[in-house]
Amino acid sequence: MIELNEEYCKGCNLCIEYCPRDALEPAEELNEKGIHPPVEVEDRCNGCRLCELICPDFAITVVEEDEEED
Amino acid sequence: MEEKEEKRKVEMISAKEIRDKYLRHDMMPHIFCTGCGIGNVLDYTLWALEKEGLDMDKTVFLSGIGCSSRLPGYIDVDSLHTTHGRALAFATGVKITNPELNVIVFTGDGDCMGIGGNHFIHACRRNIDITVIAVNNYIYGMTGGQVAPTTPEGDYATTAPYGNLEPAFDMSEMAISSGATYVARWGVKRPNQPINSIQEALQNKGMSFVEMMSPCTTAYSRQNRMGTIEEFWDWYEDKTILAEDYEKIEQYGSEEEKEELEDKIKVGVLHKEKKKSLSERIQELIEEVQV
Ligand SMILES: Cc1ncc(C[n+]2csc(CCOP(=O)(O)OP(=O)(O)O)c2C)c(N)n1
Ligand code: SF4
Ligand code: SF4
Ligand code: SF4
Ligand SMILES: [Mg+2]
Repeated sequence: MIELNEEYCKGCNLCIEYCPRDALEPAEELNEKGIHPPVEVEDRCNGCRLCELICPDFAITVVEEDEEED
Repeated sequence: MEEKEEKRKVEMISAKEIRDKYLRHDMMPHIFCTGCGIGNVLDYTLWALEKEGLDMDKTVFLSGIGCSSRLPGYIDVDSLHTTHGRALAFATGVKITNPELNVIVFTGDGDCMGIGGNHFIHACRRNIDITVIAVNNYIYGMTGGQVAPTTPEGDYATTAPYGNLEPAFDMSEMAISSGATYVARWGVKRPNQPINSIQEALQNKGMSFVEMMSPCTTAYSRQNRMGTIEEFWDWYEDKTILAEDYEKIEQYGSEEEKEELEDKIKVGVLHKEKKKSLSERIQELIEEVQV
């Protein structure tokens, strides 16, 4: 499960391009900052965490399913 | 056993924990342009700090001037933001007067090889026990894209509108020939190798130099028509070759393969050597003359 900090994301799309599972796609709508931030495609992410490392902006994080609850 | 558990803990730490532990969220989002690799250099450094378990109360970051030299300001640690090209002179002073501190310098290709070139060769020659992480984007990014001593011949810059006529310095080769004892070069696209190299650089008791080839998606990319952000990031992949593979082709490759090497850049751990650092030798001398 992917969590995005929209304040930090600059919309470079590198996470989308390099995700080995095509688990991310650009949002249809522009956000407040004028970019299409990445959104998760359901049931595709395998938690490899490449997007976290490739993101130049510290904006995207992989969270474990059970972590979200608290 | 305990050590093993300690290691496992590092692997399990989440990116969120790393960011909360080391980043100054009050300074974020950072100033770097969309798709600029400097943020990755910071990220990989944070992972290396965590893996190495450095005590941040005994660590100091230094930098000069430039986009890349802004990095220490994003880390929750004591730092010195010095004058253009002079970080290594300050770092030398810090390490020699406070040898127990871990001293880490962020610099850019212009900062390190242009205005700071002399400090750089002498810090390498002296083999001071510091770690230098240099962001090489082939240009003066912050000031709008002028030629740097690292700009490849033929590349465009605001001060080279017809193409750069000057031959370029290779930062890593310069570090090796000047006396640095650990030298590695990587592109930003593959995270794990640079994280490991920065960790090894921190462990080396001498002058360590890690060159990070990093895309300047504004000043460099626009003038040299590097295409989309993704195309520019991929360009590094095509342009680089592992040092081991380079040497194999040099020895056993076909003529055609050898020809292809001509415009390739070697990446990897390029040099490793055990040599007593000047900072350690000074400490030994102090102890010797004091008794
Ligand atoms: C003494 C002095 N000369 C010139 C400048 C202007 N200046 C600021 S940053 C910079 C170049 C930085 O290039 P680099 O180290 O490659 O950093 P980048 O922005 O590319 O990361 C220059 C020339 C300055 N700040 N001080
Ligand atoms: S963790 Fe891996 S699979 Fe999941 S979105 Fe990120 S890059 Fe894609
Ligand atoms: S890599 Fe980071 S900054 Fe770029 S689009 Fe993805 S989350 Fe946003
Ligand atoms: S000008 Fe270039 S080096 Fe500076 S932040 Fe922008 S992309 Fe990065
Ligand atoms: Mg530069």
